[in-house]
Parts: sequence; structure tokens; C-alpha cells
Amino acid sequence: MNLNLKYKSGYRVPSGCAVFGVINESGRVFNGEMVINAISMMHDRSNGLGGGFAAYGIYPEFKDYYALHLFFDDSLARKETEVFFQKVFKIKYAEDIETGKNNNIKNPPIIARYFVVPKNIITVSEELKELDINNESDYKSAEEEFMARFVTDFNYGSNNAFIISSGKNMGVFKGVGYPEDIGHFYKLDNYKGYLWTSHGRFPTNSTGWWGGAHPFGFLNWSVVHNGEISSYGTNKRFVNDYGYKCSFSTDTEVLTYLFDLLVRKHNISIYLINYILASPLWSDIELFPEEIRDIFKTLRIIYSRALVNGPFSIIVGNQDYMYALNDRIKLRPLVAAKNKDYSFVSSEESSIRKVCPSPDRVWFPDGGEPVLFLLNKKGKKPEIEHSPVEYLNEYFSSNMCKDKQKVV
Amino acid sequence: MALKLNQSEFEIHRDEQKCISCQVCVRQCSNDVHEYDEDNESIISDNIKCVGCQRCETLCPTGAIRIKQRESEFKYNYNWSPGHLKNIYKQAETGGVILTGMGSDKPYTIYWDHILFNASQVTNPSIDPLREPMEIKTFIGRKPDKIDLYKSSGKNMKNPVFLTNLGPQLEAEIPVLFSAMSYGSISLNAVKSISRAAYEFGTFYNTGEGGLHKDLKKYSESTIVQVASGRFGVDKDYLNSGAAIEIKIGQGAKPGIGGHLPGEKVNYEVSTTRMIPEGADAISPAPHHDIYSIEDLAQLISALKEATEYKKPVGVKVSAVHNIAPIASGIVRAGADFISIDGFRGGTGAAPQVIRDNVGIPIELALASVDIRLREEGIRHNISLLVAGSIRSSSDVIKAIALGADAVYIGTAALLALGCHLCQKCYTSKCNWGIATQDPYLTKRLNPEIGARRLYNLLTAWAHEIKEMLGGAGINAIESLRGNREHLRGIGLSEKELSILGIKHAGEAW
Amino acid sequence: MQGRLGKVKKIFIREEFCIACRLCEIYCQVEHSKSKKILKAFKEEKDLISRVLVEEVGFNSFAIQCRHCSEALCVEACISGAMIKNKNTGIVICDENKCVGCWMCIMACPYGVIKRNISEKKVASKCDLCGDEEYPVCVKNCPNEALQLRDI
Repeated sequence: MNLNLKYKSGYRVPSGCAVFGVINESGRVFNGEMVINAISMMHDRSNGLGGGFAAYGIYPEFKDYYALHLFFDDSLARKETEVFFQKVFKIKYAEDIETGKNNNIKNPPIIARYFVVPKNIITVSEELKELDINNESDYKSAEEEFMARFVTDFNYGSNNAFIISSGKNMGVFKGVGYPEDIGHFYKLDNYKGYLWTSHGRFPTNSTGWWGGAHPFGFLNWSVVHNGEISSYGTNKRFVNDYGYKCSFSTDTEVLTYLFDLLVRKHNISIYLINYILASPLWSDIELFPEEIRDIFKTLRIIYSRALVNGPFSIIVGNQDYMYALNDRIKLRPLVAAKNKDYSFVSSEESSIRKVCPSPDRVWFPDGGEPVLFLLNKKGKKPEIEHSPVEYLNEYFSSNMCKDKQKVV
Repeated sequence: MALKLNQSEFEIHRDEQKCISCQVCVRQCSNDVHEYDEDNESIISDNIKCVGCQRCETLCPTGAIRIKQRESEFKYNYNWSPGHLKNIYKQAETGGVILTGMGSDKPYTIYWDHILFNASQVTNPSIDPLREPMEIKTFIGRKPDKIDLYKSSGKNMKNPVFLTNLGPQLEAEIPVLFSAMSYGSISLNAVKSISRAAYEFGTFYNTGEGGLHKDLKKYSESTIVQVASGRFGVDKDYLNSGAAIEIKIGQGAKPGIGGHLPGEKVNYEVSTTRMIPEGADAISPAPHHDIYSIEDLAQLISALKEATEYKKPVGVKVSAVHNIAPIASGIVRAGADFISIDGFRGGTGAAPQVIRDNVGIPIELALASVDIRLREEGIRHNISLLVAGSIRSSSDVIKAIALGADAVYIGTAALLALGCHLCQKCYTSKCNWGIATQDPYLTKRLNPEIGARRLYNLLTAWAHEIKEMLGGAGINAIESLRGNREHLRGIGLSEKELSILGIKHAGEAW
Repeated sequence: MQGRLGKVKKIFIREEFCIACRLCEIYCQVEHSKSKKILKAFKEEKDLISRVLVEEVGFNSFAIQCRHCSEALCVEACISGAMIKNKNTGIVICDENKCVGCWMCIMACPYGVIKRNISEKKVASKCDLCGDEEYPVCVKNCPNEALQLRDI
């Protein structure tokens, strides 16, 4: 019997933390050494009750399959889950995730991964029958929606098995321990990815549990987060209203769902997200040019419940980009750096310097000022063109008002 | 009828050593309690006439007067309280319904006082509102489910087209509005004080069903015009004079009961404002006689929206009754942009005491259950929820918002700021504070300049306190508290009460 | 005599807010009593005189005191040179030491706000805008701001 999962629900665990992320914007892959090395520099920001990593580009041979990473309490739970999976998914490949022995890692659950695609989603899900599926892209988004619901429902309804990672060509590796121990436990030097994020956890109110460690993975999203969200109740209520079920009782889970809801389901440009999650003050919005003031005002009014209040710095990973954001009055540290086609974000500059002693540029984003590093894909233009944000940029640069509002 | 069984409610203590016989008390009492005896050069007071409004006590320059609640000399009986005896004696004398004013004073549980708010420690910094921005601006109106993206015309972003139509919104600088109190039930000076304070602070007041006096049109952008069952003063111009429209179905103090403004209060000004003959009784029927069902309400809502070209939010005010959650759901589906719920402790100018003290439910429970019900139906975020019915302090405001309200209405609190001492005799039209009266001798006592200033001060003070509490909880925008019940804990409540309120008990962590 | 801040100030009467409580009269009497203490003045001193007067008909009422007229008839009528208008402050003052109590000023005053004072020697008493106080006591103590001191 593994007691590490007992904290599943009912308790929310606010936490202090260390976060680190690195992306090679050209898409070159590199192994987990660097990120372990960097996060270990911030050992004192975590307390051994949680550490983890997310990596993108690690499963090129299965890139069309959802890579499900699971924690099981015991082999019975695994058996039951696998029987269930057989019904729902076409399982391309399944295996235990290889782990090494590490004296500092105690009581790990059973950890396994499954590369799957859902069988015909229409026959599986009653609700999805109502969707109007005309072409491949419709099917693709319906499939994503199916996976999203499957993962949240599965985790919500389960006490002894959890899906901790559910994206394609990416994976989350986490557990209870210091991040560097977790990294070695998972043998991350055997994986090669173009984007890595990592997290060292300092939960304050309870002992950590494996499922509650970061990063939080959901579809292609991975979120690492340092902070405690004072608006948790409001934000949770907001995502609940749109059908998300919160099972992990962590702020990070809610943050992940916010990203998924806003970006994937409401089609809001990533460039606009900071105007929701860390919205400008009303008094700042009043200074926006008249032609677009209403847009930002409306955005804030409609998504007022998605404003994330309280201290946070987050790094969000996705197949296409790495995104980092601070709360709007910058109550948590966040530093960014660039060196050729490598880009970094971290809680502390020291960890960046550890792996990249002299970056071309280091800067400290303001509160509410996002950092976005896009993976360069040939033929794909960044979507910033013609957005209100670009207009804002132009306006403030031409009006010498840079101090009033900075836009990436 | 010489036999009167009732006892006086108050004792007037006059310290003869301090009384200088200046007669301020004599001149200030509209109930003729005090009388100057020229022979003795002294003042004699009659306890039985005293209503306990404390006007004389407040204005006495030497502090010679003290009004004390008289201890009942009825024989003690737990079952037959002095209240029962007094009412029976009165009714045996008059054969009438016992009238009363203001909200119920009966000792039902006040849930606000059993809820505690949270603050940050260590893991999350609290924020000092004097040094950091702290936002309490609130928007009231219908909100769409999601935003639809802008469309830009070619490369030119000068005129981006925004596909989402937000619909009309009220923008309040504080989530506190002044609730419906009609001109007629209160004096013009009282309405002037309230409307001016709302205008200057950037919030809203509600006309009640008294129509809109011509002197108040300059505050129209801060006005919510009410349409009640009597339809007093309602025409197209009236509807378009406000920032929003509220259909009044019920009032917390008297659910299911209409209103009656006696003819003697209908002076020239009231009659022109209400558009009724001078001296005629103004009777508001118990129901709207064109609303006997939810579909009738939907029709009235669309009629009002048509009349105002969809430029103003239209809300519906209902009293908190047992079935409030499904009723609220029906109102959302009938097309209302906001719902105002008035709890059973809400005030009134006149109500049968038996109704006021026995009908309806507390606003805290009504709010919690409406919020949950609307969320279950996935329509809570579409509308704004205003609550009323005895919001007494900024902490009540904070707790209401954390329970799920968008904003609150204050009525009694506003009148208290104007001088009301809660004597509950509003229905007599003898209000010594110049509030609930139309007698020109008394209405003069309320200088709207002073009244507006005091109300402005009250809002300023509450805004400060709300910001302090928000900052303490590590929140710098009021919207992050809305429905954030994680920040509330119950104390001394049963499992059932906690489950209805949707909060944990004090001592339970996240 | 130096006026407050050297500016010309006058008391404005706002009858729409006068509630006829007559607290102005009471505080005026106290201010111009010997003790300046309300209980002592009313209980022990005699013939207290209010220099402000509340006029009252029905619900209409207002408090009136010396208007400190720019062409003050009382000054013209004064035979002893007691009644003087200060050119800087515009305040009309009766120097009660010089006053002989002929009461010509009372005859001349169109507002009836000069009072006969016979508590000691006969003199004319009138509003002095409470020279020592920041605000005249009638203004300060009006519960409804029906009296206002304004610069002109």
C-alpha cells in the first residue's frame, strides 16, 4: 500500500518553489543534464517534498500518439486501469518508465507510460456526438477535447491511479524529492528534448505527494509555478463553470486549466493571455488608445474571474513555445536570458549562469509582462501580426509611453 | 376610550441640574413629547409618546436628556413576551394590522456574524492598499460566455472590429450601491443626499418606485430607475433617464406584499413625480398585474429593453423566499441582466409587522443557494447578482462578495448615515430626522449637502476597509474575491448551515 | 480691529435649512456671557442676550444677526461714536464702553438685530462675529449648516 497518494483531494497545498525553463528555439534537442544542473543550483528554494521536469520532443517515434504517464498505487490499480484503457484506446506501446535507484527517493508509486490514440471518439463519448465534425481539423480538436475530458474525469474519479502527463511527444517526470534527485531517479540524461521545464517544490502546509508535484501536465501543456494564488477559489470556480474538474488541489492545476480553456477552447491569442491572467490596472487601461481601449476593457470584464491574484511566477510549456509570466505586481522572482538560440527563464539568475555563464542578454520581466519564446517552425509566422497587442506596442512606442505599458 | 393597557416603551431621563430650559427638545420633537411649562420655567416630558428616535437627546446642548429603553413591567413570561402583549393590547384597541418600519429586529441568526474572513501569512504576502494599487471597480450587467476574437480590416489595425457584444454595463467604483428607496417613502432631501453621493462617488442609487424628481435628472447616469407594480412615474422618458432599469417584484421586508403611500404624503411634488393626483393614495399592488408568471416577466423585460433600445441593463429585484434559487434561475432565463435579492432583514418604510418578522429567509443563505444553483445550471457568470437586506458594514460587503455576490445594495446603512436612529416609526410620517416624512417642517432638518457628504464619507470609509481586507488576503482586485469561498470560514454553525453556505468551518485548512 | 485672515467675511443665511431649533441663540448667549460656560451662564447669570434671532412663521424660519451693512445706518445714527465700522474687515462693532445707551441705533437698524442690554449699564449689544473665535458660534453650532461664514 502506497500512502504517497493519500493527499489527493480536499487539501490544497500552496507552495513556495524554484522554477526553471530552457528552450532551443531552433528545435535542437538536448538531454536533461543541463536542466538538472540548473535547478540543483536552487536547492534551497525547495525542501525535498516535490520536484519534477517536463520535456518536449522526447518521443519522436511516437509523436502522433498521446503519451500518457501514469502513477499507480499498486498493481491492482494498474490492472484495472489497463483493462479500461483497452476499451477506450488503441494502445500503440506501453512500458514501465525506467527509474534508477536513488536513496533519497522513497516509496515511489508504479510509474508507467502508454502511447495511445482514442478509438472512435464518437462512439465512446455521448457528449461529443453533438459536435459538428466535418473535416480532419474538426476531428483533431474533437479528439483533443475528448482527451481533455477523459484525463480530468479519470483523475477526478480515481484514488489510486493518476494520469500525470497526456501530451504528444512530451512527458512529465516528477515525484517527491529534491528535483536533482528526481531527475537522476528518472534517468533524464537518457531523454532528448528541445524544451525543458523543471520545478523544485517547497510546499508549506503538508507533506508533498507524488501526484501533487510539478510540473502539472495536461494535454500538451505543462505548467511549473512558484506562488500561492489568493484568487484560487474564484479561478477554480471559473474553470469549473467551463467543465474542468479539479482533482489535485493545487494552484498549478487551476493555472493549467486556465491556459487550456483560454488558449485552446476560447482561441485567445497567447499574446493576449497576460491581459487576462495579470490584467493591467483599470487606471492603465484608461491610458490605452481609445480605438482599442474597449477591447482590453471587455477582455478584463468578461474574464475577470480568470485574473490570477496573489504572488506567482509560472513557466508554461507547449509544443510550440515556452511562456513565462509574473503576477501583475511582481511578488515572485522571474528572470529571463537569451544566448544564441537558447532561451532561459528561471527563479534565479544563478541557475541560468550555472549552465550558461555569459548569456547575450539577461533581463527581469516586469509584473504582468510576459516572456514568450517561440519554437521556430519553417513557414509559420508568429500570430502577433494585426493583433491589438501589436497596435498597443506601436502606440506606446510612438507616443514615448513605454513606461506606461510594456508589451512584448 | 379611556382604557389603555399599553405601557410606554421608553423612559425620558432629564437631568434637572443640566437642563437650561432652552426648549430645543420641545421644538425638535414631532411627537409632542416635551412641553414647556411657563409657570415653572421647566420642561415636562410624556414617556408614552416617545418613539425613541433620540433627536432631542442628540440636539440637547447640555446633554441633559437620556432616552432609555424602559424595562417592561409586564409580569415575566417566556412564552407571552412583552411584544405579544403590547401587540394584542394595541389590536384590541384599534382592530388594525400592526405596522412597523425598517428591517426585522428579531433575534434570528445573523450569518454574517458567523463567518470569518481570511488573511495571508508567510506563503503569500499581504498587500498594503495605501502603497499598492487596489481595485474595487465593479461591472454590473450581462456577460457573454466567452470572447469572440477581433477582426481586423486588412493590415490596418486602426479600426479593429470586435465581435463580442458585451451589452450595457454599469461601472461602479465600489461594489456598494444605494438600494431602492422611493421619493414619497423618504423625503426629497434624503433622495437628493443619496443621489448626489452616488453620483460623486461613482456608484448608483435606485429610485424605488417613486419616480424621478426633476431635480434629480442631473444625476441620471448614477440612477437605477425602478419599475414596480404601481408603475408610478413610469414613462419612456423615465426609463431612458436612468443608467439601468430594475423591475421590482418583491421587497425583503414584505415579500408578497404591495405598498401603500397614504394620500396625506402625496403633496404637489410627490404627485407630479409619481404622476398621480395630489392627495391620492399611491397603492402598489402585491403582484404586477401584468406579471402572473415567469413568461410575463420575460415579456416585460423585453418590452423595457425595446423601450430603451437595448442600451440599459434591465434587472429584477426579488425578495429572498424559500424557493429563491429556482426563481433566480427563471429570472436569468427570462433575460434579466442582473438580479437583486433582498433578504428578510431588509428595511421598509411600512410593513405589517407580522410579515416583516416572519416571512422570507436571510440573505446570506439565499445568496449562497442562488449562486450555487446558477452555477450548476452554467448561467451564473452570465448575470450580475446584487444582494441587499441588512448589509451593515464593509465586512458584510466582503463576505457577501466572497459568497458570490457581484455587489451589494445598502438602504438602512445609508439612512443611518443620514441620522436615522432606527426608531422604526417611518410609517407615521413624523420622522424627526427629516428622512421618512414629507412634512416641510421636518424635511428641512436634512440638509442634502450634509447628507451627501456623510454618505460619501461612508462609502470612502468602506472602500478603505474593503481594500484593507482584500490586501490582507493578498488580493488586489475585487473580482478575485468574487465567489472565492475558500477565504471564508464559518464559526458556530451546523453542518447543514455550512453546506448551504458552501464554506468550511473555522479551523479547517484549505 | 483685525478681522480673521484680514478678509471680509459675512454670515449667510440659508433659510431652507433652518430647522428652528434655536441652538444659535443659545450658543450666542453663552458666548457673550461672563463665564462662557453653558450651565453656569444659564443657571447663574441673568439677562443673557442673544445677538442672533430666529424668526419663525409656520415651517419657515431663519436666524438673523447683524448684516454688517456696507452703509450702516446704526453707525450714522450713533451719537457717541461707539458704533464703528472697521474699514478693513467691514465689521460693525459697538464699543460698549463708549455706548451711552441712547438706543438710536436700535431705532435705525432695518433688521432689528441690535438688542437693548440692561444687565449692567444700558448699552446696545449686537453681533460682533465672535471676534476671538475662528467661526462665530452660531455658525459653528448650527446642526444643519443653515448659517455659513463666507468670504466676500
